[in-house]
Amino acid sequence: MKEIYHSFSDAVESINNGATLLVGGFGLCGIPENLIKALREKGVKNLTVVSNNCGIDDWGLGLLLENKQIDKILASYVGENKEFERQVIAGELEVELVPQGTLAERLRAGGAGIPAFYTPAGVGTKIAEGKETRIFEGKEYLLEKAINGDFSLVRAYQGDSFGNLVYRKTAQNFNPIIAAAGRVTIAEVEHLVNPGQLNPAFIHTPSIYVNKIIQGTQEKRIERKTLKEV
Amino acid sequence: MSKDRKAMREMIARRAEKEIQDGNYVNLGIGMPTMVANYISENKQVMLQSENGLLGIGPYPTEEELDADLINAGKETVTAINGSAYFNSAESFAMIRGGNIDIAILGAMEVAENGDLANWMIPGKMIKGMGGAMDLVHGAQRVVIIMEHVNRDGGFKILKSCKLPLTGKAVVNRIITERAVIDITANGLKLIEILDKSSFEDIQSVTEPVLLNQTK
Repeated sequence: MKEIYHSFSDAVESINNGATLLVGGFGLCGIPENLIKALREKGVKNLTVVSNNCGIDDWGLGLLLENKQIDKILASYVGENKEFERQVIAGELEVELVPQGTLAERLRAGGAGIPAFYTPAGVGTKIAEGKETRIFEGKEYLLEKAINGDFSLVRAYQGDSFGNLVYRKTAQNFNPIIAAAGRVTIAEVEHLVNPGQLNPAFIHTPSIYVNKIIQGTQEKRIERKTLKEV
Repeated sequence: MSKDRKAMREMIARRAEKEIQDGNYVNLGIGMPTMVANYISENKQVMLQSENGLLGIGPYPTEEELDADLINAGKETVTAINGSAYFNSAESFAMIRGGNIDIAILGAMEVAENGDLANWMIPGKMIKGMGGAMDLVHGAQRVVIIMEHVNRDGGFKILKSCKLPLTGKAVVNRIITERAVIDITANGLKLIEILDKSSFEDIQSVTEPVLLNQTK
């Protein structure tokens, strides 16, 4: 059995100033929204955050930005956030933009014990500056390094008390690879179930990667509500 | 957006649809490329990939179908077709880099005659990030750019060399604008089709590199 929490503030209690956090989600889809809110309340500072995006002004990781809790962020796309722009221009926030596939593979590699890998993405661009390159079969590749974190914060649809996780639809996104890449993985689940209730053939994140679990209710805000034209 | 501009974008999207073959796996970029999905012929079976982790994007949802857990890479709510699959982001880019996407249709700020693409960053303006574009341009079997032929000031977007920071070097196969279809080849840019009433000289005058006239 893993540590099962009933309060989000208890679940994030061990996260201290200066920690590196890997945070699941794509846009606002599949983000561990209650864990993020608890970090805002706890007020931990000087965080390094690795996440595909950085929320919007008043939601998701945007809540931590607004409260000046983040020193550095690694992301592939951050265009949805005015406070983000202000802090970058003011020199308050350091940003490393990473091609999305490279970000995903750096996290996957981090969880899989692979220190670095070669990829074609970014060859001949600003991303390649200062990076080692190598030619394989006549084609140039960049060496990219794995990412690991002190804590992984993920959101799953179902989780059992051993820590097995199942994600729902495209709320899966970065969550499984992030669950594997952190030293301590905290899973916010929509439904906490007993062992045996999840089909072992359909587990996305096996329990071995998960340390702490908490069930919560999410708002699941929608960033771009688009409907069929009628 | 003006009515004319909307009609022009629709025309480009309709022409881009002709690039998609029956049975193709296709990735459509954000913005005008996403519109191409509206015009895919019912005679073609096409699987649309969204790099956030969906193979088999369906139409936009009705109010009843709306689901916060089901979005495309532009963060728009979508549906999934019968026979679709969900997967994580590493898997998504493994299938992209692995060469399984037949065609990627993307937007651009600039394209150079050697196929260099710039579509993610304007120095001095807020940097939003490249998202998945840098991975896609190397993974897709064919990269087709759809864009307006010139920029808002009438300046060239098809250039001898890109001025803006690159997304990828020598990655573009074909450019489709409201005026022309142009292929990037080892021998230079080939004008394949004229889409309006322009002459070859008209198209050349809005295109910086020398064009080879291959129109029929």
